[in-house]
Amino acid sequence: MFGTGLLKGLGITLKHALDTFADDRKHVPSRYQDSVKGGNGRRVIEQPITQEGLLTIQYPEERRLLPERFRYIPMLIWDTQANEDKCTACGICAKVCPPQCIWIVRDMDANGKPVARPAEFYIDAAVCMSCSFCVEFCPFDAIKMNHDFELAVYDRYPQLVYDKAELTVPVEYYAALWPTQWAAEEEAKRQKEAEDKAKAEAKAKADAEKAAKAASAAAAKPAPAAVEAKASAPGEAVASNGGVVVASADGGATDEAAAKKARLDELKRKAAETAKKRKDGGA
Amino acid sequence: MTELVAEAPVVEQTADAAYPYNNVVPGAVIGRWAEGSDPALVVAPDKLIALLTHLRDQESYDFLSSVTCVDYSAYAGKARAGIKERFDTVYHLYSTQKGGGHINLHVRVPEGDSVPSATSVYPGANLQECEVYDLYGIKFEGHPNLRRVLLWEGFNGYPMRKDWKEAYFEEENKPFKNRHPAEGYFWHEDKLPWGSNSTYPEGWDPESWQTPISYVPVSQAPEGLGYDSEKSNVGAVGELDTQSIVVNLGPHHPSTHGVFRMLARIEGETVLALEPEMGYLHRNHEKIGERNTWLMNMPFTDRLDYINSMSNNLGYALAIEKLANIEVPERANYIRIIMAELTRVVNHMWSIGFILNDLGALQTPALYAIEEREMILDLFEAVSGSRLMCNYMRFGGVVRDLPAGWLEKAKYMVDTRLPNVLDELDRLITGNEIMMARGRGVGYLSAKDLIALSVSGPMIRAAGVPYDIRKAQPYCIYDRFDFDIPTLPESDIFARYYIRLLEARESVKILKQALRDIPGGEFLSTRDKYTFRPTEGEAYVRVEAPKGELGFYVVSDNKANPYRYHVRAPSFINLNALGPMSVGYKIADAVVVLGAIDIVLGEVDR
Repeated sequence: MFGTGLLKGLGITLKHALDTFADDRKHVPSRYQDSVKGGNGRRVIEQPITQEGLLTIQYPEERRLLPERFRYIPMLIWDTQANEDKCTACGICAKVCPPQCIWIVRDMDANGKPVARPAEFYIDAAVCMSCSFCVEFCPFDAIKMNHDFELAVYDRYPQLVYDKAELTVPVEYYAALWPTQWAAEEEAKRQKEAEDKAKAEAKAKADAEKAAKAASAAAAKPAPAAVEAKASAPGEAVASNGGVVVASADGGATDEAAAKKARLDELKRKAAETAKKRKDGGA
Repeated sequence: MTELVAEAPVVEQTADAAYPYNNVVPGAVIGRWAEGSDPALVVAPDKLIALLTHLRDQESYDFLSSVTCVDYSAYAGKARAGIKERFDTVYHLYSTQKGGGHINLHVRVPEGDSVPSATSVYPGANLQECEVYDLYGIKFEGHPNLRRVLLWEGFNGYPMRKDWKEAYFEEENKPFKNRHPAEGYFWHEDKLPWGSNSTYPEGWDPESWQTPISYVPVSQAPEGLGYDSEKSNVGAVGELDTQSIVVNLGPHHPSTHGVFRMLARIEGETVLALEPEMGYLHRNHEKIGERNTWLMNMPFTDRLDYINSMSNNLGYALAIEKLANIEVPERANYIRIIMAELTRVVNHMWSIGFILNDLGALQTPALYAIEEREMILDLFEAVSGSRLMCNYMRFGGVVRDLPAGWLEKAKYMVDTRLPNVLDELDRLITGNEIMMARGRGVGYLSAKDLIALSVSGPMIRAAGVPYDIRKAQPYCIYDRFDFDIPTLPESDIFARYYIRLLEARESVKILKQALRDIPGGEFLSTRDKYTFRPTEGEAYVRVEAPKGELGFYVVSDNKANPYRYHVRAPSFINLNALGPMSVGYKIADAVVVLGAIDIVLGEVDR
């Protein structure tokens, strides 16, 4: 019959409107009342799979609760207990990175001998494809995926080339962001430790002495200020989805950006020199 | 797998007769290749057409799945075998009638030589041969419209050749050495390709160049395809003395689903001929794939058909697993099928919504269609960490196990939400007057023509061909599930819409069984392996992606990087039928015809 299609269409639209209305009435004053997680006055919303009616939320005032496995840009883990980077500058992440956006400089001690810790660690976020291969293949659990996805800046360079200070977060931040994964890793570590302990009972004493010496040496190195600040309030950072430190609008940040640019320029100059030297040497 | 052994007895004991098919097409097959992995027959170029004709007509290999090319100039295995020709054009033939595996044909082509075009036997070779010409510079004799499809006419060189280097080329293969300590690093910002690095072919003047429209044929009324002229209304305006003109649809137009251009020759409002023009999103996926290691390609496949990254992942993982003989644990197989079928539902809902969009029902019905998609993407995000770029499968399984509580959510989705929403869409659209008026009898092409044009997926099932790789050549564990292949006989826009709804229902059926039966246990057999070297050889694996037949052709020369990596993209090859399907209908119908093919430009352009 002519016109039934029209009526059916209108009926389905009406049904959607009524579903939304009914769902709203069920949860006076707000359908998302139960999912309010607080923090910075923002509401983080978890939509149940049974949600009826409208699925939209009012971003940015309301946000979706991101699943634990959400991946965006990697972050480097700072071991707050040992007071050192978990990263050992082995370079596996740079090797497996599909768009090759990771660049590492290994640190050196006073005698110019390389040590297992990164002096510089860069990720070009303009190039990163969020595949999380670096996380998968890192043998030291030193690089993890951050949930912070609001990275818009005015210039890609140098703002989107994240350096080590910007990438580093304390291990507590990671533990709060990825609780299940963190618990599994800790459990695996405990098991391995227990095994190792049983195996190396005889040699334990000598090892312990050595380890204590190493730990005290590492503790002498101060943690970056930004890391400490974040370590103090990991919960809040999670609630606001905050992760890496991104320059804000105040004057101090501008200086910071300028300093970073100078640092990157210096690195570029060095890289160009190395390349030139290599070229001249080869020719 | 392949059915290479000729059934007829060998007549004479000559070298010629040692190969199959030489008794019917004498001198056609002159050798074998890739014996250890995916056995191929080497065909003499001048006998290619005769052999293809025989295979199509007598052996019912009616479907030319893939035409591609390999530049063997750096391939160690070929030098060992003492073969001098630089290129091989590669053909994979399947039978839609008897199902099963493929016939793999190689034709050796010295540099500068040309190959006879297969378009006279399989019109579907059209776009694929254009692509080979575009990327490798091999000319196909007798091709009706050989042109650069993905790159523009002013592009210098043939980028898939092994000796071609991109601007600011770093190294042949990743990982690049300079990413690690003590090496120089080139900032990407310094590498913007503007400026003096643009080169043009010899004698090319960019200033005087104008987009050629000469390749839009005067008429595409496809007599050669056995076109059913009674179904079309070509000539309806014949009484008027009018002149045909060529109009552009796109590249920036909401009806083109991306950056895509249709050049339509119209008379009045009737389409006489229509040529697709693509490549605006071309990033030479295959060249990138050859620079990458095997594993690095996985996230790149997400970016092909970005609606269905899960099935892209699956196709690529299956290809490499076949090449390198990697086992997949039971649980991983189930997870893969759950993901592949969920993504099929996602795609079909998206596609239905956008057919309506193209019909002029702007946005509202499309949003109803993609509401459940949002919830399914939430499920993908919970399991893989990303909604679109899932990057979830690995060689030998999937990267992470399902999180706690995921199966319950998925069960609710499959048992309650999806059947409801599919019924609702059915109620909303199927009887709708506008849908019927615009969809019934529009965009007709016969099943025979569609197969000849290498069209696959829902398009041919809407023409009554019950061909689905999940049944014809089951992969993963599809043979364990109870499901049907819905077909409709009409082969018009409406059937192409409705077949997608029916297929989504079948997917729900598979999902219910998979979610019920999923076992526990391991989900990945090759953890902590980020690089490996498959043995020398090649593999061609295809899966039934939601848009059609998605194939991956990979060649290994026992290195950590693919020697050749080719994607048989269903969106791209289904566009073969765009012109023939639009001819004779109004220009407004051409928009819906394109919508019903269901393309994603990430996959068309690669």
